[in-house]
Amino acid sequence: MKNANDGIDAARRDVLILGRDLMIVAPATAMAAPAALAAPELPKPPVRSKVSFTVNEKAHTLELDTRTTLLDALREHLRLTGTKKGCDHGQCGACTVIVDGRRINSCLTLAVMHEGSNVTTIEGLGAPGRLHPMQAAFVRHDGYQCGYCTPGQICSAVAMLEEVRQGIPSHVSVELTAQPQLTADELRERMSGNLCRCGAYSNIAEAITEAAGSRV
Amino acid sequence: MKAFTYERARTPAEAAAGAAGNAGAKFIAGGTNLLDLMKLEIETPTHLIDVNGLALDKIEATPDGGLRIGALVRNTDLAADTRIRRDYALLSRALLAGASGQLRNRATTAGNLLQRTRCPYFYDTDQPCNKRLPGSGCAAIGGYSRPHAIVGVSDACIAAHPSDMAVAMRALDATIETVRPDGSTRRIAIGEFYRLPGKTPHVENVLVRGELITAVTLPPPPGGTHVYTKVRDRASYAFALVAVGAIVQRDGTGRVALGGVAPQPWRVEAADAELANGAAAATRRLLADAKTTRDNAFKATLVQRALDAALAQARSAS
Repeated sequence: MKNANDGIDAARRDVLILGRDLMIVAPATAMAAPAALAAPELPKPPVRSKVSFTVNEKAHTLELDTRTTLLDALREHLRLTGTKKGCDHGQCGACTVIVDGRRINSCLTLAVMHEGSNVTTIEGLGAPGRLHPMQAAFVRHDGYQCGYCTPGQICSAVAMLEEVRQGIPSHVSVELTAQPQLTADELRERMSGNLCRCGAYSNIAEAITEAAGSRV
Repeated sequence: MKAFTYERARTPAEAAAGAAGNAGAKFIAGGTNLLDLMKLEIETPTHLIDVNGLALDKIEATPDGGLRIGALVRNTDLAADTRIRRDYALLSRALLAGASGQLRNRATTAGNLLQRTRCPYFYDTDQPCNKRLPGSGCAAIGGYSRPHAIVGVSDACIAAHPSDMAVAMRALDATIETVRPDGSTRRIAIGEFYRLPGKTPHVENVLVRGELITAVTLPPPPGGTHVYTKVRDRASYAFALVAVGAIVQRDGTGRVALGGVAPQPWRVEAADAELANGAAAATRRLLADAKTTRDNAFKATLVQRALDAALAQARSAS
């Protein structure tokens, strides 16, 4: 099964590479006649930099193009594809991971900026057979349709509950200085950085509420 | 994204000197705005100086009874600080009204002050934009201009400043501390920090090449009731159409700053003086030189109504 998939992936990649070569060849041929044209500016070779960080309690050292986001480092270099690329601009929350205890958009941070960081992805929260309580609650409440936003929703929700526990207020907190309670309004405000195009919000909210337990 | 070299800064002065000596250099801290713009090649630095390792992440008391906020204090930490919540509630409220939990965990105090406009034409590299490409024209003037500024604008640019935090900082009379490439430091009152667009909308503040913000200081607590009223197209995670930051004392006097309506957080001293006379009187001063478009003329009415609501909330809370 795994080999079959690898074969398909390799075949796809060949097609992509072939396509790119063709694109480069075509204009070069077309430009051969008017020799006076200046040579097109070639892209500079990528600049690489080394970075070490921990992902799901496992240490990694990578040498990456400096442009590599934390998201691409996780997905394309460490093959942790549970974290999803949605908008790639910090608007949808699909790429949410937990770094040093805080949820962040992994698409809006460079991997090289995370020397020494401790990263937790959806794969680090739980796995089939030993689900994190938040994952189990999403399954129980059907907190998704297509599932693409789900890893981001779950990582965000787990870290969000910790923010509430730490007493961090939100836009809808009536009292800034009181310990916040996870009311329905608080939950929705605090999860507003995670979009679900399927609109599974009511079940997502129920799942998070259940996982939050008696504090609701 | 264009390729760039990368270094981690060791001291603020070294970072400033390094940035001044390299025309393609930019500082990166939270990166939540810069990387967004780099992906679209609106920002194309060839060298990034990562300042995250500089020890500028503390909030400390100042001798005069105020607070010094390190440039790298994350928006979440600033909003949640017990001293800020108790004595500068306007700042907590403004921060919490902006962005999402994920972004606030990463975005920094200095970066928030320096974030760029969300004008859709600034973001669309196929369109003319004097801020992105000086001299190319302004597609917003005569185009879609519903989210744009109505005061402080020019014939070259009507982009609005997007920050909520900066509105609170303006009302709180914050001061910005910097280090310059020669190692000298200076303090800039926030009222003198931003530059109006005029003919050079790409120049947004008074910082010189390489100058690095190290801290933002707040004067002693102003007292009064603090209210931040933000009106936007959805209930959360959206930029302001109009925002009102007000600090109101028991006798009705106070100060007010606006967001969403100007190229910078907008405060008019004559409006502060009228605050006790109500929203209509103060709004007349705030928007004295307004220049609206067909799309954004509604903001003038919305400012007065939002201010009226903010003043009512302050009265009921005091």
